[in-house]
Amino acid sequence: MESVNELVTILPAIIIGFAGLLVMMLDAYIENVRLVFRTTTLFTLGALGIAINDMFGHSGEAFYGLITYGGTAAFGAVLVLIGTLVTVILSRDYLEKTGSHIAEVYSMILFGTFGMLILVSANNLVTLFLGIETMSICLYVLAGLVKNEKKGVEAALKYFLLGAFSTGFLLYGMALLYGASGSTFLTDIATLDDKGMIYWAGVALLLVGFFFKISAVPFHMWTPDVYQGAPTTITAYMATASKSAAFVAFIFVLSRALPEARAEWGDVIWLFSILTMVIGNVLALVQDNVKRMLAYSSIAHAGYILIGLAAGTDAAYSAVLFYLFAYTLMNLGAFGIVAYYEWHKGLDFTEVKNYAGLGFKQPVMGVLMSIFLFSMVGIPPFAGFIGKYRVFAAAVDEGLISLVVVGVLASAASVYYYLRVLINLYMHESDPGITLIRPGVLYSATLIILAALTIYFGVKPGDLTNLLGSFKGISY
Amino acid sequence: MLEQYIPILLLICLAIILAVSFIVLSHVLGPNRPNSNKLGAYESGMDPIGQARDRYSVSFYIIAMEFIVFDLEVVFIYPWAVRYQEFGAGTFWSMMLFIGILFLGLLYTLRKGTFDWDLVHSRAKKSSY
Repeated sequence: MESVNELVTILPAIIIGFAGLLVMMLDAYIENVRLVFRTTTLFTLGALGIAINDMFGHSGEAFYGLITYGGTAAFGAVLVLIGTLVTVILSRDYLEKTGSHIAEVYSMILFGTFGMLILVSANNLVTLFLGIETMSICLYVLAGLVKNEKKGVEAALKYFLLGAFSTGFLLYGMALLYGASGSTFLTDIATLDDKGMIYWAGVALLLVGFFFKISAVPFHMWTPDVYQGAPTTITAYMATASKSAAFVAFIFVLSRALPEARAEWGDVIWLFSILTMVIGNVLALVQDNVKRMLAYSSIAHAGYILIGLAAGTDAAYSAVLFYLFAYTLMNLGAFGIVAYYEWHKGLDFTEVKNYAGLGFKQPVMGVLMSIFLFSMVGIPPFAGFIGKYRVFAAAVDEGLISLVVVGVLASAASVYYYLRVLINLYMHESDPGITLIRPGVLYSATLIILAALTIYFGVKPGDLTNLLGSFKGISY
Repeated sequence: MLEQYIPILLLICLAIILAVSFIVLSHVLGPNRPNSNKLGAYESGMDPIGQARDRYSVSFYIIAMEFIVFDLEVVFIYPWAVRYQEFGAGTFWSMMLFIGILFLGLLYTLRKGTFDWDLVHSRAKKSSY
């Protein structure tokens, strides 16, 4: 059966989709949240294993070329599934402690992940759109998960309205590109000879849609409010998995559909990259809320990643993939620790000053937070440093010196706001009224593994960078 | 030139004839026992006069959502059914998969109490809404 083979081509997505349906039924008819959690974890772990295996050579097309999987797409799937797995594990403890542990969370996360997996392997504008929508709709729901929390509801509504608006831009762009080229396949759009106004309008609108999804300045306004209002583990999911998926899809659109027009969109991305780095970092300096600070920091990171896209070579794309990997590890970790501190005093316990002296109360958590934040700054020997180094190096090779200068200055400024958290953790008197509960084994083990990976790939990035470099012409 | 549209004209005529005859026939044949409820404007069982910004049951929204889902399902099934001969057996199982997934969704909402209008005696957990 040919159609069965096609389903096997994107096995991780199929597994996750099936798990989503299964979990939904388990929730309705068995009503056991623990069972739902275990099922979700197992299926995600299985899909992650298969996706990791897929990075080494498995590739293929399915559904008349609507989907191409393997290489870069498989790596994107790995990033998404790491984000999902960690989110699921951290969510259990976090949601139990904050009293909103319902099974729908897991099915929503799984369906969102399904959308992301389709998104990273899309080779057609329609598949791309379906992936983005499946992902986004689940994220809108997840942002408003805690129904009685005003900020969460505000976040969900804001995210939904702005997200729907940006999807409109994306869809108009796709429609115009289809009108100009007569095809929705990315590779067919690349072969268009006569590039008229319709084509350029389509490209511009498509870029706007993607800039919104990766929260590049000036389309970033939703990010701080949504990241602050959403439950922290869900914020981690939005910041890592959905952003990685959007970036991988962005790479495919740029490299497959618009390679000829590189001179033009290269300049556009150059401009947006500078804006994103400068404004993201400057606004992060003045934030007193850790979640908001991390939101602006994720905007700033999007700016660094855009440097790689502006360079637009295969080396730059593989540097971007490495950066996304490091970004995923350290953001999941940092949000995990923020979520852990939130257990104790409710959902508003995220101000920087709340953290005074907490570093010594649970030393392991304090040390882990330091590792993740130092990695975000980009200090060796952490993975964040290698990511930044490789992106900057690829840009220098392409002669984008000014961009790299701005990037280095911006990341020097970022030291202030990351270290401010650490200074509060370690150098301020703690409130004697706060006692920290020791986190569960699964929770702390997950965070320790993330930190270990952050250090491992900072010290010994060679294997991964070789693998990423081997993805031929980034097209598969 | 315009001859090709004659079937459409016939269809329009047929529709008008049917609509008129149904109204006339029910007037002539049906029993006529009016009361104030029957003579009032029909508004899905609600009081049609009052503030527009009134609160009403969330069930209306949920039923409307269910309706849209299954209405759109038909939009997909219809062209598939018309061209089925050309497509062959593979598409049959694809469509069964599609309908099956939608059916699971229906089972889910059923269990969660979407169609329980009598919320007091509902089996579903109260916390669902």
